[in-house]
Amino acid sequence: MAIAARIVCVKIVADLLPLSGRRCLVCLLPILMLAGCGDTVWNDPYPAADSGKNILYSAFSERPKHLDPVQSYAENEATIISQIYMPPLQYHYLKRPYTLIPYAAREVPVPRYFDAAGRELPADAAAGQVDHSVYDIHIRPGIRYQPHPAFARGPDGKLLYRHLTAEELDKIDTLADFPQQGSRELVAADYVYEIKRLAHPHLHSPIFGLMSQYIVGLKDYAATLKQADAALPPDAYLDLTRYPLAGAQVLDRYTYRITVRGKYPQFVYWLAMSFFAPLPPEADRFYAQPGLAAKNITLDWYPVGTGPYRLTENNPNRRMVLERNPYYSGEFYPSEGEPGDAAAGLLADAGKPLPFIDKVVFSLEKENIPYWNKFLQGYYDASGLASDSFDQAVQVSSQGNVGLTDAMRKQGIRLQTSVATSTMYMGFNMLDPVVGGLSERARKLRQAISIAVDFEEFVSIFANGRGIPAQGPIPPGIFGHRDGREGLNPYVYDWVDGRPQRKSVAVAKQLLAEAGYPNGRDAATGQPLLLYLDTTATGVGSKASSDWLVKQFRKINVELVVRATDWNRFQDKIRKGNAQIFYQGWNADYPDPENFLFLLHGHQGRSLQGGENSSNYDNPEYDRLFDQMKNMDNGPQRQAIIDRMVDVARRDAPWIWGFHPKDYVLQHAWLHNSKPNQMAKNALKYQRLDPALRELSRRQWNRPEGWPLAGLAAMLVLIVAPAVAVYRRRERRTANDPKSGS
Amino acid sequence: MMIGYILRRLLYAIPILIGVNVLTFALFFVVNTPDDMARINLGVKHVTPDAIAKWKEDHGYNKPLVLNKQAGGWRALTDTVFFEKSAAMFAFRFGRSDDGRDIGREIKTRMWPSLAIALPVFLVGLAVNVSFALMMVFFRATYLDFVGVVACVAMMSISGLFYIIAGQFLVSKLWHWVPISGFDWGWDGFKFLVLPVAIGVVSGIGAGARWYRTLFIEEIGKDYVRTARAKGLSEWRVLFRHVLKNAMIPILTGAVVVIPLLFMGSLITESFFGIPGLGSYTIDAINSQDFSVVRAMVFLGSLLYIAGLILTDISYTLVDPRVRLE
Repeated sequence: MAIAARIVCVKIVADLLPLSGRRCLVCLLPILMLAGCGDTVWNDPYPAADSGKNILYSAFSERPKHLDPVQSYAENEATIISQIYMPPLQYHYLKRPYTLIPYAAREVPVPRYFDAAGRELPADAAAGQVDHSVYDIHIRPGIRYQPHPAFARGPDGKLLYRHLTAEELDKIDTLADFPQQGSRELVAADYVYEIKRLAHPHLHSPIFGLMSQYIVGLKDYAATLKQADAALPPDAYLDLTRYPLAGAQVLDRYTYRITVRGKYPQFVYWLAMSFFAPLPPEADRFYAQPGLAAKNITLDWYPVGTGPYRLTENNPNRRMVLERNPYYSGEFYPSEGEPGDAAAGLLADAGKPLPFIDKVVFSLEKENIPYWNKFLQGYYDASGLASDSFDQAVQVSSQGNVGLTDAMRKQGIRLQTSVATSTMYMGFNMLDPVVGGLSERARKLRQAISIAVDFEEFVSIFANGRGIPAQGPIPPGIFGHRDGREGLNPYVYDWVDGRPQRKSVAVAKQLLAEAGYPNGRDAATGQPLLLYLDTTATGVGSKASSDWLVKQFRKINVELVVRATDWNRFQDKIRKGNAQIFYQGWNADYPDPENFLFLLHGHQGRSLQGGENSSNYDNPEYDRLFDQMKNMDNGPQRQAIIDRMVDVARRDAPWIWGFHPKDYVLQHAWLHNSKPNQMAKNALKYQRLDPALRELSRRQWNRPEGWPLAGLAAMLVLIVAPAVAVYRRRERRTANDPKSGS
Repeated sequence: MMIGYILRRLLYAIPILIGVNVLTFALFFVVNTPDDMARINLGVKHVTPDAIAKWKEDHGYNKPLVLNKQAGGWRALTDTVFFEKSAAMFAFRFGRSDDGRDIGREIKTRMWPSLAIALPVFLVGLAVNVSFALMMVFFRATYLDFVGVVACVAMMSISGLFYIIAGQFLVSKLWHWVPISGFDWGWDGFKFLVLPVAIGVVSGIGAGARWYRTLFIEEIGKDYVRTARAKGLSEWRVLFRHVLKNAMIPILTGAVVVIPLLFMGSLITESFFGIPGLGSYTIDAINSQDFSVVRAMVFLGSLLYIAGLILTDISYTLVDPRVRLE
């Protein structure tokens, strides 16, 4: 509204009001005049000084627990530390299937195999012959650490902050309070130091248990360190450089060697994770100084890396800020990718130095509603899609095609979808006397239930269609997964009109009858079949999905009792084998079928072996095939074995295969080079922004509305004016006024 | 005499705090075991019994919970999780959270954002509620009073969450006046505080104004009010100078006791507005089963509540000379 028009409106309202109301209006006039004036944006949550800068804005809903690479394993933590730390390997950003490429390393290491006598074996040696594998990793010279006080040296060349005094500590509140910073070159010893930290007595690395089975000497090394630590005063620095580890050795300044027991081809994938990133011992020693931990200045809080970004502000109660590491260089945007990437503009920046973005601000956003609205206002550059906002953003055509709504398209928002490398499933406890075991009776019962529980419907109702019904344990994008008719689970689906169709309830009932439960009753006792599902879904919103599950079982006349419990009790039941049917999921650690198929391996039985096989499935044929498959290279031979394994598992049906979730990501038009990558967590360096377009869009989308202010003011006047009138009338009233109430 | 009274009340607080501590401990460990806590912290993948044992040892949960039968004498009681985790708190040493961060430092950092919201909500809310209640009393038995009471009942019937969502939708999303959420210090932080404070005040008007109206209605029927009116004082002066002053004791009972608790913050408001206060700290700790933080926050809450009660008693003597603390 133009200012002149606004003045006319105000004048008309003023004329209609009594004198007292006019006075109020005069007071409110400046506000009314201000409302809607100019091109200023009032709701910008960021400092005006940052306007138009090359800064990416994102959010986090939960504060990261660990930023120490040896302890961190959660997705939200990886989003931060993967930009900071630089493991030897990384995943190619664009290529699919997921491909490992060098990061700090010069090349992807090729393991050399040796027998027990130390003789080198050929590359295709059988796993049984291999006593140990050796990985020699050569890192690129010239890589430098981010600026950090741990590296700061005085004129005499000595580290400045090695022995902090109480006086110096008094002046320190955060890492930024150290006046001097330094850097140094990355060396192979830093990688070896980090591997040793896996066994540190005061660090809790989630992969120590697993790695101690593979890295030579790691288990004994933990015992050595524990003993050494016990001899030190509490909280004293334990110098790992004084204790050698047989399985991780420095060969020269830029080369180190990891020795792994037996043949473990998947080990190379671990080298792309932060657990194997370098850590400078002087940083560890710096943080171990007394007094720093009490100020929350720890390695777990302030990472020290060589990657494209460094954490310059870490206030996980409010925001975390990554800024470009000034010493990062030598990496360029990929020049090849999948077919279609060039057409999608994903190769437009090929060969340009990384990273493109100067700064990334992660703000704390605990609730979906503010996050979503800020995204729509242009204050976040990308967003996931919660169920609450799904209909606002996405429309599904009658043919099942997914597209953005007109409102989203008008804003230039783009939608990217990708199938997660995850499997959500319902497991049967194979130790259970009713649903478990490999007997024909139990197998048919499980098959019948697998048919009855319609996961297509589940995905449609509870996940807004964001998922693909699973045909087996391996998700798409992982070697071993088969699409189309070849990938059909014939025990649950038929191939009809070029697509899988779930078998009818009649087939399920027939299987149930063959299992000895005709019409849902035990043929021997006549008792109705009653099954129990354990779940952690205890909230009010979970009732709908629980009711839906009960309905699915009722289709074949089986009664299901849903036992909702807290996470601890649920885990306890799974661990002790007290659950009958349960709901779980698995997210890939690395893109290898072994990482999914091991979940059904007998030796991984949760209740008996403490492993990851929550179903306690134990089929000797499956186990034998697994042992054969796990050490093979990808190829037709491995695929054939996987096919056999998957078929065995489908027949035994220890899981109702559930679905593979689909990730939906929305992004604004000013964000470029974004391609979903389920494995690479260090994708920020590839993203590029157009800050000018963002600034323009924000101004267009966030013009303050003036009329509600005027409306509120008018309403206030309308309320106050009669009240004032009544007050005055009362005050002027005489004591003998017949209207007086007193 | 008053100092003696305060000291006595502080001494009474010690058994209360011990009781609260025992209750917190019992309730927490009825539903959790140290093993559960370790598993939550170590994640869901690759968790081995050795890793659990190591975590418990490193965090001091490898001892018996309340009674160490293997230790002799006093150590049977002191060499336990309960004693070791509780004793230091009475010296205000809250220790470390399960993720290794210093709890005392977190509390010191996070209480200010909580206070930045809670204090203005409290002060402005009190002023608005009292004024609105006096207005209703002034216009009692008129349609304005009726409309006011109906509005109060309607406002107190609406969920606090609705105010937040509606406020964010209208003020931030549709009208673009202030940021939807966020926090900053200094003048830059003002724009983030406007909406949560306004919502906090508005959402409290219904219950607050109606309660104060009841108090004032009771006061207004008393003899001194009639005398004041008979003296010819304006109704405005009667209400704000006499009725308000005499209704202060019940107002203080409700208001002063919450002043120390303002530090503790608001769970929902902080969560929706991204305010890094103590309210969200407590909720996060409960969700992650961080006993150290839960225990510290419950202890602090109890302590502040006791402080609030003592302050309330003291405030009585300030507004009513007849009250003596003995």
